[in-house]
Amino acid sequence: MELFTNQVLAGIATGAIYACMALAVVMIYQAIDHLNFAQGEMAMFSTFISWQLMQWGVSYWAAFVITLAFSFVAGIAIERILFKPLAKAPVLTNVAGFIALFAIINSSAGLIWDFTIKQYPTPFGSSPFLGSQLISTHQAGMIGVTIALLLALYFFFQYTRIGLAMRAAASVPESARLVGINTSWMIALGWGMATAIGSIAGMLIAPVVFLEPNMMGGVLIYGFAAAVLGGLSSPFGAVVGGFLVGVFENLAGTYIPGVGNELKLPIALALIISVLVVKPAGLFGRHIVKRV
Amino acid sequence: MSAAEEVVAEGHEAVEAVPKRAMTLGTGTSLVVLAALLLVPMFVKNFIIFQMTMLLIYGLAVLALNILTGGSGQFSLGQSAFYAVGAYTSAVLMEYFNVNYALTIPVSAVICFGFGYLFGKPALRLSGIYLALATFALATAMPQLLKLNFLEHWTGGVQGLVVTKPDAPFGLPMSQDMWLYYFTLAVTVAIYIFSVNLLRSRSGRAFMAIRDNEIAASSMGVNVALYKTLAFGVSAGITGVAGSLGAIAVQFVAPDSYTITLAISLFLGMVVGGVGWLPGSFVGAAFIIFVPNMAESISKGLSGAVFGVLLFLVIYLVPHGSRQIAILGQQLAGKLRRN
Repeated sequence: MELFTNQVLAGIATGAIYACMALAVVMIYQAIDHLNFAQGEMAMFSTFISWQLMQWGVSYWAAFVITLAFSFVAGIAIERILFKPLAKAPVLTNVAGFIALFAIINSSAGLIWDFTIKQYPTPFGSSPFLGSQLISTHQAGMIGVTIALLLALYFFFQYTRIGLAMRAAASVPESARLVGINTSWMIALGWGMATAIGSIAGMLIAPVVFLEPNMMGGVLIYGFAAAVLGGLSSPFGAVVGGFLVGVFENLAGTYIPGVGNELKLPIALALIISVLVVKPAGLFGRHIVKRV
Repeated sequence: MSAAEEVVAEGHEAVEAVPKRAMTLGTGTSLVVLAALLLVPMFVKNFIIFQMTMLLIYGLAVLALNILTGGSGQFSLGQSAFYAVGAYTSAVLMEYFNVNYALTIPVSAVICFGFGYLFGKPALRLSGIYLALATFALATAMPQLLKLNFLEHWTGGVQGLVVTKPDAPFGLPMSQDMWLYYFTLAVTVAIYIFSVNLLRSRSGRAFMAIRDNEIAASSMGVNVALYKTLAFGVSAGITGVAGSLGAIAVQFVAPDSYTITLAISLFLGMVVGGVGWLPGSFVGAAFIIFVPNMAESISKGLSGAVFGVLLFLVIYLVPHGSRQIAILGQQLAGKLRRN
């Protein structure tokens, strides 16, 4: 039983990271209807920025805030410079653009910081949480930060003018334009926020997977899985999906014989495909009705 | 947003419609290209012949994806999985059962067709980005599955299998590389002609009807489920043949040769070549084989970045890939003739 609780709690902790990534994926998907395959690399680059700042003697939380601001601006810049011209291009062209961005960021990070594995500090410490052996303070911190982030986003979208404008621009762009919302800038804002959320995920997972240019590969796949599981049109679903994927991954690795660490990923993906086959719009997504 | 409003957002189509005639090169151009492909190997070094062989092989794999995406409008980021199955089929048959290399190719076509058809069944319910993700999952899982313990006896596990390169038959005075090149060329030409005819046939028109509007197609009496899975099967079968040829040319199969990177390369090859334009598959294959090498020679550390920048240039300047350049060339030629 203790093993079970342990695995579930650890699953929730990694699930928090997947939830952050999924949230970032869904935010861009809502804004432009495309999956950002470079999301993980963008998060990785941000994490490297914060690491570099700390190497220069900046304190953790100062580096954290500067990185958030940097990511926000960088996200907007990427949208304005690279993806705005592609807004009307076919989906396949956009996917190619994301892959190109992926290659550019990955290789630049490798050139600037090389491919050796680096330690990344945790602000929470790694001692057991509240004296219990079940979960470490870093894992508890990961869950805490994710929940705080979620609440902040909820209030932003629910109670601020700009949050409302963003929701309007995402759901009915034509009508939003008619009431004077600058939809093009709302998309850029969505990119900025998604990049910032991704950078939080990167900075939280870096102490666990260590810092290197390929660190986000697996995390991004789980983030996609979580987003799809919860439904790409539902930020809430993305978060629930993240926690579910985290827990399922851990339990499958522990209890299904022959799975172990190697097959965790395929098993998690098999789960996603099974869910999609039964419920193609995801757990919380809306079913899209098509008209001829 | 309500369901009705969401229809507005559904406006952009995944793949643009391509007129049937614009799918191939003219007969004259095709013959010139074929003649060049037949003659060039006599004058170049073995290494270049090998690279040309690889170009045809990747071209076949891109062509397969093109039939799926350009033809029936379904995405796939999982072609590397079918490629791997083809490669392993040939390797296992040749090494354990001493089957002749040429005979392994139809076998892997059939096996991969079945595999693709079966995968296409559950995938029927998925479309667009969800299908891309499901196939992406397949591609990520494949190298891990090939490393499984109980398959190790056949697959050689992490080490993989070594494949012997065939000699030229009937005592032809040809190097192994050259023979393999002509063998690959023959297979490629056969499959190319098959694909062109397939897309022009009744089934091909059904594919395209589904691509352009699934609901309209079904109301016209097209069996959507059948043709979608069929497209998956045919695409997987051709990819499998490419995988077999690849295994014989490289003389080696190992799980890590068939990762998601390969699937992404093939996808990029299709975008660069022009979706739905079959000859473009080979232009795309040239892009994914030669551009990374070129990028490496420009800057060793930044090869990924150079590749990415080049890719961005391609999608900005020619969003429809090499097809756009070909059309421009044709118009230019037409103008020159008139003057």
